[in-house]
This record gives sequence, C-alpha cells and structure tokens, in this order.
Amino acid sequence: MDKNKIIELKNITKEYEGEQVLRGINLDIHDKEFVTLLGPSGCGKTTTLRIVGGFITPDSGDVFFGGKRVNDLPPYKRPVNTVFQKYALFPHLNVYENVAFGLRLKKTPESEVARRVGEMLELVDLKGFDRRSVNQLSGGQQQRIAIARALINNPKVLLLDEPLGALDLKLRKEMQIELKKIQQRMEITFIYVTHDQEEALTMSDTVVVMRDGTIQQIGTPQDIYNEPVNAFVADFIGESNILPGIMHRDYLVEFAGNNFECVDSGFDPMESVDVVIRPEDIRLVPASDEVLNGVVENVQFKGVHYEIIVRAYSDIWVIHSTKAPEVGSVVGITLTPEDIHIMKKSDVKRLSYLKNESTIEEGNDIEQEI
Amino acid sequence: MRKITSKIYIAVVFIFLYAPIFVLIANSFNESKSRTVWTGFTFDWYSKLFHNEVILKSLLNTLIVAAVASIISTILGTAAAIGIYNMKKITRALVINITYIPIMNSEMVTGVSLMLLFVALNIDLGFMTLIFAHITFCVPYVILNVLPKLRQMNRSLYDAALDLGCNPLQAFRHVVIPEIMPGIVSGFLMSLTYSIDDFVISYFTHGSTSQTLPITIYSMTRRKVSPEVNALSAIIFIVVLAILLIMNLTDIKRSSAKKRAKGVRAE
Amino acid sequence: MNKKSKLAAAPYLLWMIVFIIVPLLLIAVFAFTTTATCDADGNVLSEEELAEYLAECEENEVEPVLTEKNIFTFQNILDVSKYSTVLVNSAWLALIATAICLVIAYPLAYMISRMFYSRQKLALMLVMLPMWMNFLLRTYAWMTLLERNGLINKFFGLFGIGPFNMINTQGAVVLGMIYNYLPFMILPLYSVMTKIDDRTIEAAQDLGANGWQVISRVVMPLSMPGVASGITMVFVPSVSTFIISRMLGGGTNMLIGDLIDLQFLGNAYNPNLGAAISLVLMVFIFLCMSITNQLDNEDMEGVLL
Repeated sequence: MDKNKIIELKNITKEYEGEQVLRGINLDIHDKEFVTLLGPSGCGKTTTLRIVGGFITPDSGDVFFGGKRVNDLPPYKRPVNTVFQKYALFPHLNVYENVAFGLRLKKTPESEVARRVGEMLELVDLKGFDRRSVNQLSGGQQQRIAIARALINNPKVLLLDEPLGALDLKLRKEMQIELKKIQQRMEITFIYVTHDQEEALTMSDTVVVMRDGTIQQIGTPQDIYNEPVNAFVADFIGESNILPGIMHRDYLVEFAGNNFECVDSGFDPMESVDVVIRPEDIRLVPASDEVLNGVVENVQFKGVHYEIIVRAYSDIWVIHSTKAPEVGSVVGITLTPEDIHIMKKSDVKRLSYLKNESTIEEGNDIEQEI
Repeated sequence: MRKITSKIYIAVVFIFLYAPIFVLIANSFNESKSRTVWTGFTFDWYSKLFHNEVILKSLLNTLIVAAVASIISTILGTAAAIGIYNMKKITRALVINITYIPIMNSEMVTGVSLMLLFVALNIDLGFMTLIFAHITFCVPYVILNVLPKLRQMNRSLYDAALDLGCNPLQAFRHVVIPEIMPGIVSGFLMSLTYSIDDFVISYFTHGSTSQTLPITIYSMTRRKVSPEVNALSAIIFIVVLAILLIMNLTDIKRSSAKKRAKGVRAE
Repeated sequence: MNKKSKLAAAPYLLWMIVFIIVPLLLIAVFAFTTTATCDADGNVLSEEELAEYLAECEENEVEPVLTEKNIFTFQNILDVSKYSTVLVNSAWLALIATAICLVIAYPLAYMISRMFYSRQKLALMLVMLPMWMNFLLRTYAWMTLLERNGLINKFFGLFGIGPFNMINTQGAVVLGMIYNYLPFMILPLYSVMTKIDDRTIEAAQDLGANGWQVISRVVMPLSMPGVASGITMVFVPSVSTFIISRMLGGGTNMLIGDLIDLQFLGNAYNPNLGAAISLVLMVFIFLCMSITNQLDNEDMEGVLL
C-alpha cells in the first residue's frame, strides 16, 4: 500500500440528539482506490461519507484532503462529488441540463459543455437521451445520469451513497460491473457506502466494516472474508456457524464436545472464544466414531448447493454441500484446521439481530442514516 | 452569521403579523374609550360585551348557521365524493372543475350571484338563504378533502368486504367510511371554520334577522367604534390560540410517538 | 365499488346546478339585459317616444299606460368602461400587494421549510393563527395603528417626526391587503419548498453551487407551482375586496368591490350594471389564473434559461 493518501479521517466523532453516531473514526483513503464502507443501518457509514462530502461537520477530529485540513470547507468547494441515495436528480431539468449542471455553474463555454456532456452520456451508455425528462427514465437510467452528473466535474474522489439500493437484483449486478469499469477508466477514487456484503466483496479494493460508529476491520475483500477479526465481521460477511469454544493452548481448541486442531495462537490458556466456520468449508462424511456426528434436520435446495441443517449435541450447524443427505439420517462432520477461525468473544446474539434489522429496514435507510 | 440574519427576518415578519392583534388586546383592557391613550386597567368592556344583546344574538346565529351548514355539507359532500370517485374520467373532471369554482372565484362574485338567485326565486333573504349560501361554499371543501382519501384507499378493501359477506351498504359503513374518516373530519372542520369566519358571502345573502357575528362586527366598525370590539377580538384570539395549541400538541405527541416507535432519528 | 355508487353524487349534482351554475348564468343574464319602458302593446319606447307619449297623455288628460320589459343589451358591459379608472386602480393596488407579499413570503417560506420538523410545525401555526382571527377585526386593528393620532404616529412623535397622514391613503389599502393575505402566500410556497428533498439541494452544493446559486438554479425553479398558487391566492381576494378599501381607504379610494357593492346594496342601485361589473371581474380573475397556471405547467426549463 504505497499509493499516496488523498483523504485522511482522524478521530472523527459525531453526535445527534445525544446519540453517538461516530466514535473516533480513523481512515486513510488512497488514490485510485475503490473503498467500500460496509455495515448494518445505523452503523455510521453514511454519516462518514457525508462528512467527507462536507454536508456535515464532525464534532471533533479532522478531515484532510491531500494533507490540508478541510473541516469547514463547504461542499461546493470540495474536489469530491456525490452520487446520492435515490439519485436526487433535479426534477425541473432534462437529462442534458442535469449532467451539465456543474459545468454551467463554472460558466463553461457552450461548445465545451456540449462536448463534455456528450462524453459523459457515452460513458454511462445513455447517448441520445439528452432531451428526455428525468422523470421518464427508469431507475437504472436515473442512476447512470446521477453518475454522469457527478463525474463531469472531474472529481478526484466520487462518493456513492447506496447507489444501487433502489434497483432490482439483476440490474444491481449489471451496475456493479459497470461502476467498477467506470472507476478503472476514469482512474479516480470511489468511496462507496452499502449494507450489501456481496456488493462490497465484488467491487472493492478495500472494505471497511463498520458497526455502532466504529470501524471493525479494514482490509481487502479476501482478508475480510477469510480472516474476519471478530464474530461480528464473520457473521456480517457471508453466512457462518459461530460456536462457543475454549482455547486449551495455542493451536488446540475445544468446541462442540470435541478438541480440534487449529491454526490460531496467542490466546490465554483456557480462554473462552468464538469459533467461526463457514458453511461451505464443512465436509459431510458417513457417520463414524472418529468424527463429530449429527442428525440432519432439514435440507433445502438453493440452486448451486443444498443448505443442510444438522444438529450435533446442542449445536445447530449450517452446511453447504452439493450432495443432499436424507432428513433424519445421521451424518459425520469433518473440518480441516485451516477452516476453523478463532475469535475473541463478542456478543453475537445482538449482532445477528442488527444484521436482520438491516435487511428489513433497507427502505428506511435515509432517515436512519441522516 | 446567516442563521442570525434569518432569525431576525423571521422575527420581523411575525412582529408585523402579531403587533396589530396585540394592540387590540391591550386596548380591550383600556379604561379610556380612546384607542391611543392609556388611562387605566379595566374589565368593563368585557362585562359590557356580555350584556350586549346584539352581539350575543349574532354569535348564536353564527353558531347555528355554521353547525347546520357544515353538517349538511359534510353529508352532501361525502356522498358526492364517493359518487365522483366512481364516475368516468371526463364527467369526473367536469364535475371537479365546477366544484372548484366557488373556491377559486372571488367571494364577492359568489355572494352576488347567490343573491341574484334568491331574488330571482323570490326567496326572502334570511336564515334559509344564509344556510344555502354557506352550504354552497362549504361542500367543495368537504369533497376536496374526501376525494384524496378515496384515491389513497386500496380498492380491494371494498371487494374484500363484499367477499366476506357484506352487502354494498354494509361495506360502505364498515370499510369505506372508516377509511376516509380523516378526510371527512377535516372537511367538516374546514367547513365549520370557513362558515364561522365568512363575511363577504353572508353580507350579500343575510336578512335583517339573521345577522352573523362578522356582519355585526362590520356594522360596529362602521359606526363610532366601541371598545367592546377589542374585547371580542381578545376573546376570539384566545379561543383560536387554545384550539390550535391543543391540536398541535396532540399532533406533535402523536408524531413523536410514532417516530419513537419506528426508531427513526429526527434530522 | 360499483357503477351504482355514482348515484351518491346525484344530490350534490342537483345542488351544484342550482347553486353554482344557475347563479353564474344569472349574472350573465343580468349583465346583458336592461329594463326597458314599453307601451301597452309591449313595444320598446325610446326616450323621445316616451316623452312624446307622456306629453300626449298630459294633453288629453288620460293616465299613461306603460309596461316594462327586460331586453337584451350590451349597454351594461359598455358602461363598465366608464369606471375604467376604478378597475385599473384595483388591479394596480392588488398587483403591488401581491408583489410585496411574494417578496416578503419567499425567504420566510424557505427558512421555515429548512427548520427542524417540530419547529416547522410551530412556525406554520404562528403563520396561520392570525388567519383564524376574523378578517374584519384584523383590518380594524390597523385602523387603530394608522390613525392620525394612532400608535404609529405617536411612536414617530417621540422622535419629533410626523404626524404622517397614513389612514385613508392608497398605501394603507395596500398595507391592509398585504397584512390580510400574506399567509395565503406563505403557505403554498412553504408546501412546495418542504417537498424539495434536502438531497437535491445537497446535490447542487456538491456540484459546486454556492448559496445563491442553489436558490436561483434549484429552489426557485422547483418552487414555481407554489409561486403560481400564492399569486392567485393573494391577487384574487385583493382585487375584489371592498372591506379593506372602505376601512383603510376611507371610501375615497374606490375599488371594484366597492363599485359592485354600491350597485346591489348601496345608493347607486343598479343590479344590471353590478352584474356586468361582476362578470368583467370574474372573467378577469379566470384570465389571470390561466396565466399563472402557465407558470405551473410550463416546461420548467423555459423558466430557468
């Protein structure tokens, strides 16, 4: 990571009506990086983005752009542009004038405006839509106009606030690929806010997982998925089995009534830990005394794989497999040491509640995030 | 800096709106008949006001007319809204446009036109004509309050009621009416306030025995002004203020309770 | 709901025809008729013929037999032009009042629309409260203030200036219009402005618009429908008022409203002329409305560029 830093957030805090929304955010953002702020609703990701955009000022802490402190710089003087949640296109202007808005403010000559708007509409694949009213466009098209409008000012950084939230699944997938392409072509930094972990993993160079106004983990998508730092991250990123365990010594952990070898070390002897196992890492074998045995409670076909619920002792395991065992049959569970991730104890119950809430309340995100 | 300027601006506009009213109220306690010299504090004008037969009679008239007119308007208007809602597009547009006329037109023209009607029909101006006139300008407000509620209503609700065994009338009573109740209530309240407040239309359609309060006030301001008018203004102001405060407090309470329930942070 | 529910509108439709449509037709009928004097056979007599006939009767010592008949005429409408100064004056004063209301209300409505929600409610209540006071009382309050020995002149007197002659002037009439109808301008402006999404304003700032540019390029074009209905809601009652001019204008500054009142309930009793003036006023109002409606429906770009 030797690229030059273009944005630095230092110890940012923010409070709304007595509620601490951000509790000391420290974040460096580099040139040409695709950074995603990921977390459940209410975690402070949109607030962080809006602080970068200049729409709110932090209560304490500093924002630096290229080494200069910009806390009090109003949005219209910042070299960043935003793609807003639900687009915020100007309803009184047509497509052309929406895209040209930023240039018009700078009194750009008409020929230049026409050329740049043409370029931008081509970039977002909406050539020939110039004279349309924005109200006649589909959600996906409005989305593209919002991107073109923000990019025409040649920002160094583009901020995107849940830009795909209002689109249907298929369109969302298409736009994910397109956004990534645009970012690479324009060679600028994207800061992207989402609560959709899959979106974060597919598009980003760096993922910042947030929760309750703090940063949980910063890393590449691979790091975050494979080496979550705690059970919250593990649970939020993809599906996981999280089981209580006890670390006997380095490289040996006890859970589900058995001792397992693992690759983690550095815990206190006999420390209580969370054991995180991805459903796709578990292999099912015929039941025997050598392995952990359990009863198949439920099998569901998910397209590529089956989701199998197995009860072993008092634990419920979620397992993904391409083969489906009979419901009611006894199966064996095997794990390799690399599949077992040991984490410091955290309150997982509460976390999964948070996660559920975020999927239910997607629609309310605007109010939620301020 | 900006914030201070805007606060000052808001304050100046509100002073403009309220200063005259406060002068009236202050004068209602002024012993002197002069409106500009303060000679001492008194409640006399209030007791005189309550012994003023003309004012009390016209207040009663106002309330009777308002009550009768708004009840009839609400029934007539609600039924009309349901009918209009089920009309074909073109007839509906036509009827709604005509309904808008009394709201958009100058009150003066409405008043004059009704007076011509009553004269042409040889009806003596009096309570009857006053109530007819008030219903005419109140019904549109009821219709325009109820129609949007009908549009918001899920059309399947009525079908569901029929499906579950209601006959059409029961379906209206048990499903449709409760759904559009907020519109009916606000239409009724609007009718009531407009009716109580109306001067111009009443001026052209009242008879000598059916003076409403605004008309009495008008004739009082035409003559040498009596400070009883001030006392009356003060009472009206306090009553209105109380009504608005109660409405607002319950409204704020309700909306904040809703917000809390949703867990939504206010911006 | 079924086809039959249409019938629910039947009583209202009847009401509408009798109390909205027929009265307006009556105005038109009155405006285009006049009562003419006729002879016994119902032939309309001109003034000379009438004089001749009366003289004849007197000569022969017989009672004149005359009848009256309503006849179609354009004369009333033509007579309205005699009062063109009053019409122009009314329109002019109402226009000034509307313009000043717009200037005062616009910033206020914008400020209110950007307040916290609970504050917005309070501010709106304060805007509406005076509207609930009877309109005559509000106007009467200004009489107290504007009089020659009224409070404002007393106030100026403290500084040794004045007294100014304020009541019974056109200025006082305009002030009365502004005071009474200002809330009608604030409310529609507020209701369109509060619908402008904060994010639309932020998007403009984000794209480089400073405070003034946000107003001129986003808020103003988006608030045009509110401007249109505000203008209508202030202009219509202002142009046809007769109370404000009577109470604050001292009866010397006659407006259309006073003129109409005089024809029906005043000394100059002439319902035909009154109806003609009302008709002119109504046509004028609906013309103005269709113009302001253009503001509302027009392709908004035109307004901006």
